[in-house]
Amino acid sequence: MLEIYTAALINGLLIGGVYALVALGLTLIYGVLHIVNFAHGSLLMVAMFAAWVLAEKAGVSPYAALPVVACGMFAVGWALYRYVIGRVSRGEDRAILLATLGVSVVLDNLFLAIFGGDTRQIEGDLTFAMWEVGPLLLAVPKVIAFGVSLVLAGGLWAFMARTDMGRAIRAVAKEPEGARLMGIRPERVFALAYGIGIGCLGAAGCLLLPSFFVSPHVGSVFVLVAFTIVVLGGMGSFPGAVVGGLLIGVTESLGGLVLGESLGPIGISLVFIAVLLLRPTGLFGAAR
Amino acid sequence: MLEVRGLSKRFGGLQAVDDVALDVPQGRIVALIGPNGAGKTTSFAMIAGFVRPDAGRIVFEGREVTGARADQIAALGMVRTFQITQPFAGLSVAENIRVGAFLRTADAAEAMAQARAVGAALGLGAMLDRPAAALTVAGRKRLEVARALATRPRMLLLDEVMAGLNPSEIHEIVAMIRGIREGGVTVLLIEHIMQAVAALADDVYVLAQGAVIAQGTPRAIADDPAVIEAYLGRGAAARLAAHA
Amino acid sequence: MKWVLVGGVAAVPFVLPSQSMVNIAMLTAFSAFLGQCWNIAGGFGGLTSFGHAVFFGSGAYTGAILQTRYGVNPWVGLPAAFLVGGLVGAGIGAASFRAGLRGSYFALVTLAFAEVFRVLSNSLEFTQGGLGIAIPLKVSAWNFQFADRRATYAVVLVLLAVASGVAVWLTKGRMGARLAAVRENEDAAAALGVDIVRTKTWALALSGGLAAMGGVVYGQTYLYIDPSIGFGTERSVEMLLVAMIGGAGTVWGPVLGAVVLHVVADVSRAFIATPGFAPMVYGVVLLVIIAVLPQGLAGVWAQVRGTPGGARDA
Repeated sequence: MLEIYTAALINGLLIGGVYALVALGLTLIYGVLHIVNFAHGSLLMVAMFAAWVLAEKAGVSPYAALPVVACGMFAVGWALYRYVIGRVSRGEDRAILLATLGVSVVLDNLFLAIFGGDTRQIEGDLTFAMWEVGPLLLAVPKVIAFGVSLVLAGGLWAFMARTDMGRAIRAVAKEPEGARLMGIRPERVFALAYGIGIGCLGAAGCLLLPSFFVSPHVGSVFVLVAFTIVVLGGMGSFPGAVVGGLLIGVTESLGGLVLGESLGPIGISLVFIAVLLLRPTGLFGAAR
Repeated sequence: MLEVRGLSKRFGGLQAVDDVALDVPQGRIVALIGPNGAGKTTSFAMIAGFVRPDAGRIVFEGREVTGARADQIAALGMVRTFQITQPFAGLSVAENIRVGAFLRTADAAEAMAQARAVGAALGLGAMLDRPAAALTVAGRKRLEVARALATRPRMLLLDEVMAGLNPSEIHEIVAMIRGIREGGVTVLLIEHIMQAVAALADDVYVLAQGAVIAQGTPRAIADDPAVIEAYLGRGAAARLAAHA
Repeated sequence: MKWVLVGGVAAVPFVLPSQSMVNIAMLTAFSAFLGQCWNIAGGFGGLTSFGHAVFFGSGAYTGAILQTRYGVNPWVGLPAAFLVGGLVGAGIGAASFRAGLRGSYFALVTLAFAEVFRVLSNSLEFTQGGLGIAIPLKVSAWNFQFADRRATYAVVLVLLAVASGVAVWLTKGRMGARLAAVRENEDAAAALGVDIVRTKTWALALSGGLAAMGGVVYGQTYLYIDPSIGFGTERSVEMLLVAMIGGAGTVWGPVLGAVVLHVVADVSRAFIATPGFAPMVYGVVLLVIIAVLPQGLAGVWAQVRGTPGGARDA
């Protein structure tokens, strides 16, 4: 009995690692651009399809495809901000929110039109590979996903904290007008930050694919998960996204175990509502 | 009419307002002055119900309103304006003022008639059907006052209604505020422009670093060494006296 | 004159020979009605909801459960759904607005509430879980089931008229003025004596109550509902799209938006029948509208006629 719970706990932590990576992209976009990127789930779906196409049609393992998909998604995100979201929204909150909603409607249905509504998985040994650790059986792709996600999260943190470009991004996030005076063009930095946030999804998509199925509808599942993590951790907080990711991974896993398959998913929505209503700054957010 | 005692508020490590007491008798114009960051606007926000005080009592017409919501305080007859004007940008000038008039009547036609009358009385007659976003700075300040007056307040809290105006506009607003008082409305105002304060106020409170440092008629205040020091720095009063 | 014209256009389907054309008219009017419900909160009140399906679904389940479990006449389902939808709206509104949620946060929390309702209806036995509820076929006017789509169309038209009447009233009365004030600037509204939490909660409850009646009509027309039909995101997004494309905060916006949406759907389906293509076009239309016509198609109308006002999306 205890073993089942331990297994669920560990499973939740492993998935939580990837969730953390997804949420890092979202929290970066929020922290820098102060926009709620409702298209986040749909862009993750795009990344998963990219990894799926490379795996099924070209025989490239999702792990080998990761750098390519991440860079590709960076480019997609950069262009999307530069030519669609940034243009359409004119900096108004509601317009930005609706623009990202519009992007997600377009992407979901574009992929529905291209690939149909079926759910797809990659075929192969990797999907079912297991590691025996003591009494526990761990799914290999989940362990890999967890490890790589945390490494990437650390890398992203180092990039933001240590490099000139990271510092420039943070400067724009704090004082767009001041940064403009320093010769930094905020619009470019916004597009860059949006690209990096979406690039995280490219990596996450490759890491998720071996253990998850993909369909044009998965975006709507992940978008709520990602927002719950970011809100729980505190909008814009990096450590918050990581801790929140792990917590939500565990919540989902244990929720499924305790409440059953159909009622399990309610846990995430309830956490989301509770945090927004009771502590909108999240665990790591600054008090308002 | 308004009685404030021991009003205090901290923001983080900063004591924004520290044990402020003030009285506004009915029918008077009382001014609250002081250097930037003295806690004037925070005091206003607490009196009008926008910020909850940490300590203190606010009594309006014998009724304690400490910690009441802004809309409840407005309904009791004490209405504020904003230093940074807050028009309903998508509505016309008349529609803006009508929101205030609706506080006292549910009848749409009556509210609109009152709104147009108040707007015309404050010199917004030509702009009534234009969008509020089209107003000049002076126009927006007038709109702030017009909206507040349309609620038929017994007391008005005016937050720097003259900032950013030119001398002739200030002259007009001073006349307008006098007119408001003639109409039976008590006024508490925050102001930076000393000529205006001298021309309008019966009584002046000076705030510095969150505390009241002086109180009196505009004349008495102008000669108070503590006030001069608060504005010009330590020792300024002595230097001025030496020069004289 | 305008009203005669509108009445004439609305009456055309009654003399159309083909049921499928009547069906298109009915679906368009139904979209317009749901869009108008969203518009009452989202347009006039600026309460951008991403989860309005929560009301539609609550109404659909109210009607279906009353009928199948308790044998209540489905016509009674309409006022019952209005009540339930209103209560759900009041509950969500009071909780969210008291907590100070606005803008994007409010949008996300409505989405989460819809998801909670979806998961609950998918798991509870009371709602027959994922199986959904089938409403027994028994065609009669007394039983709110019509063989002729024109009758359904008439019912939907009445609902659309009621919701649009509420919208007209909002442009004229005190409640609407207060709602517009809250939408434009909450601090200024509060300073003028407007209770912002109450005003917004009230708007969401009214919007929710009306939308819930749409759920009952859906159930009586298609005789089946399940958690995705009731509470799925597609419904929420469609309601928002109709209002935003047509012009949020205007009386005619949702009607225009619904006509455009269904014309786009039928035209694009005629060329490319792949599922997903038509909704993709809606998404593109939404982006274009936000970019160039922030006040929607009805905003263009108002500009042409030179009338200021209408509502701005703040």
